[in-house]
Amino acid sequence: MTEATGVVQNPSGRRLPGWLRPIADATSALLDRARGLLATAEIDTRLVGMFAALAIIWILFNIVSDGLFLTPRNLWNLSVQTSSIGIMATGMVLIIVSRNIDLSIGSILGFTGYAMVMLQAIWLPTTLGLGLNQPWYWVVALAFGIALGALIGAFQGVIISYLKVPAFIVTLGGLLVWRGLIFELQSGQTIAPVDPTFRLLGGGPTGSIGDTGSLIFGLIACLGIVATLIAGRRRRAKYGFPLRPIWAEITIAVVGCAAVIGFVWVANSYPWPSQLATQYAQEHNITEPPGGLQIATGIAYPVFILIGVTLVMTFVATRLRFGRYVFAIGGNPDAAELGGINTRRILMLTFVVMGILAAISAAIQTARLNSGVTSLGVQNELDVIAAAVIGGTSFAGGIGTIPGAVLGAVVMQSLRSGMVLIRVDSPVQDIVVGTVLVLAVGLDTFIRRRSSR
Amino acid sequence: MTASPTAPAADATPAAPTPLVEMRGIRVSFGGVHAVDNVSIDLYPGEIVGLVGGNGAGKTSLTRVLSGARPADAGEILIDGQPATIANPRDAKAYGIETIYQTLALADNVDAAANMFLGREVTTRFGTLDDSAMEDATRKMMKRLNPNFRNFKSPVVSLSGGQRQSVAIARAIYFNARILIMDEPTAALGPAETNQVRNLVKQLKDEGIGIFLISHDIHDVFDLSDRISVMYHGRIVDTVEKNAVTTDEILGMIILGKKPGEVTSEELATLRA
Repeated sequence: MTEATGVVQNPSGRRLPGWLRPIADATSALLDRARGLLATAEIDTRLVGMFAALAIIWILFNIVSDGLFLTPRNLWNLSVQTSSIGIMATGMVLIIVSRNIDLSIGSILGFTGYAMVMLQAIWLPTTLGLGLNQPWYWVVALAFGIALGALIGAFQGVIISYLKVPAFIVTLGGLLVWRGLIFELQSGQTIAPVDPTFRLLGGGPTGSIGDTGSLIFGLIACLGIVATLIAGRRRRAKYGFPLRPIWAEITIAVVGCAAVIGFVWVANSYPWPSQLATQYAQEHNITEPPGGLQIATGIAYPVFILIGVTLVMTFVATRLRFGRYVFAIGGNPDAAELGGINTRRILMLTFVVMGILAAISAAIQTARLNSGVTSLGVQNELDVIAAAVIGGTSFAGGIGTIPGAVLGAVVMQSLRSGMVLIRVDSPVQDIVVGTVLVLAVGLDTFIRRRSSR
Repeated sequence: MTASPTAPAADATPAAPTPLVEMRGIRVSFGGVHAVDNVSIDLYPGEIVGLVGGNGAGKTSLTRVLSGARPADAGEILIDGQPATIANPRDAKAYGIETIYQTLALADNVDAAANMFLGREVTTRFGTLDDSAMEDATRKMMKRLNPNFRNFKSPVVSLSGGQRQSVAIARAIYFNARILIMDEPTAALGPAETNQVRNLVKQLKDEGIGIFLISHDIHDVFDLSDRISVMYHGRIVDTVEKNAVTTDEILGMIILGKKPGEVTSEELATLRA
């Protein structure tokens, strides 16, 4: 993924002009050394490369936008905007790793989102006569949406894995069918309002946990990182396996905790908008100090959901049989079958997981919009696939990571929001994102082929 | 042309125990072609049956039926004298049938331990994968099979042919197989490793495991087998006691598809030429 390596690693600099060669050789040596260090530390080179690419993108946008990009406000918004795509990208990794594709997630998102709003705005209050704003509506609506997403995923999954219809076709059909069904529900009208508690799922100043909560979260996350590293080391020591060098363990712990603290710090540096703060002050009979009341926003709920989903999905992918089988199937479907794995069941389940994740993203997006609209999630499948692929998921199957895909989503969203900041027109944004997608995958394929030689 | 299912064994073991495996009248068709045509074969505990024949003779197709990789179109399988249903690889493994495939059937993108335990992972009491325990078992297994094996963390795609073969063998024997199918187990190996595999095969035989050994290498087969079944165009030419035949006679059966007595002197002459 690193921008530089593709050019410099040109075999023996054959196609490079002569004056570039010494520079290329030096850089190549440096990169080799860096890769050696990373290998000793057992750190994913690709992930490091992605972080580097992300850093470059952020710094460039910050320079071009005169310092508007790297502000708490923008980064906080970026985190919220990333959550929906990021959540779905974690599921898309499993789908693509097992050599399938899901084109229907944008429509599943739209359909489940619309149905969730219908439930809390029409079916429960009016049809069942329970009235608006019951405190338990948000749970029921969310559970309903997730169940619906799982059901749709299972339905498509069965057709794909048991009836052997190609996933591309089934989910292309799904893309049309689920979108079309939205219009059958309520003639495609925009439905509002969303239950106030449900609305918190969408983020916004009130849909965040505030500064104390964020600090506590940061503390727990840091402890978690250290505990995981220690537990892993103990387990390997118990069996007498080779251990990661201690400097590498400490570096990982420090970098990980620094990232967590930095993130919490950014989220806490973003104050509520002054109008909202004034309103809050009036409601709670607080006299506003001169310059306005400063309330730290903290981490938004959708971002929390993204973090939770990322952790759970990483656990599923690396610690459970299910995840191991998904990767084995992607690596060699015949071997997986001969190994006694029920490959059809596993493939079906990947689509169930995908449906559930699309429903969670649907909850976030409808909550953010505060209404159910027919166009919800249109073309999301493309952003999600792009995120997974930029994050190192290979269409050849068997290769991909959950954190990589989330990082891919951050890269995608950074490009989009950065271009909005520097006022690039929407069509030009698409041109840039499309080009970056192809370049990233092209570069990745090139590097992979070289390193496997 | 098929071998009588019981006669040779009755000679070998006077007590005539039940065969470990009996395959009767097995047929496998691809389109209209019978890759395996009405084949019957059996295997006793602690016995090695060599399965030889030219390319496309049906050796692999026959054993794939027993591994559950492809169900037979006709015929029946008896394990310990009881009719057995083997519809998929899971069924076969439940009967203690393990296979080392010629293609090795490894998941290329995961490491040796993940391959060795593929489909039968060790889990912790929380139901999560116990990778350390699996790696530990793999390291111990490899110490026995291939002491030079070191790349425990690499995906098996990056391993050498011999190392990959070791992984495939390790997987087959780790789970206390009773019946082992080895399809060209030494094809990718150098002389030293081949020797190791031979010793291993003898050792497994002494432990009472029944082994079907498929090989192109007549000498391998002669060295290791108790009986030899020769296949020709999907049928069994004959199943013979190793001590009752010469390598030339076996070669004649492989190439001409005829029993030693049926070969004419002209045919023998062309064979020698």
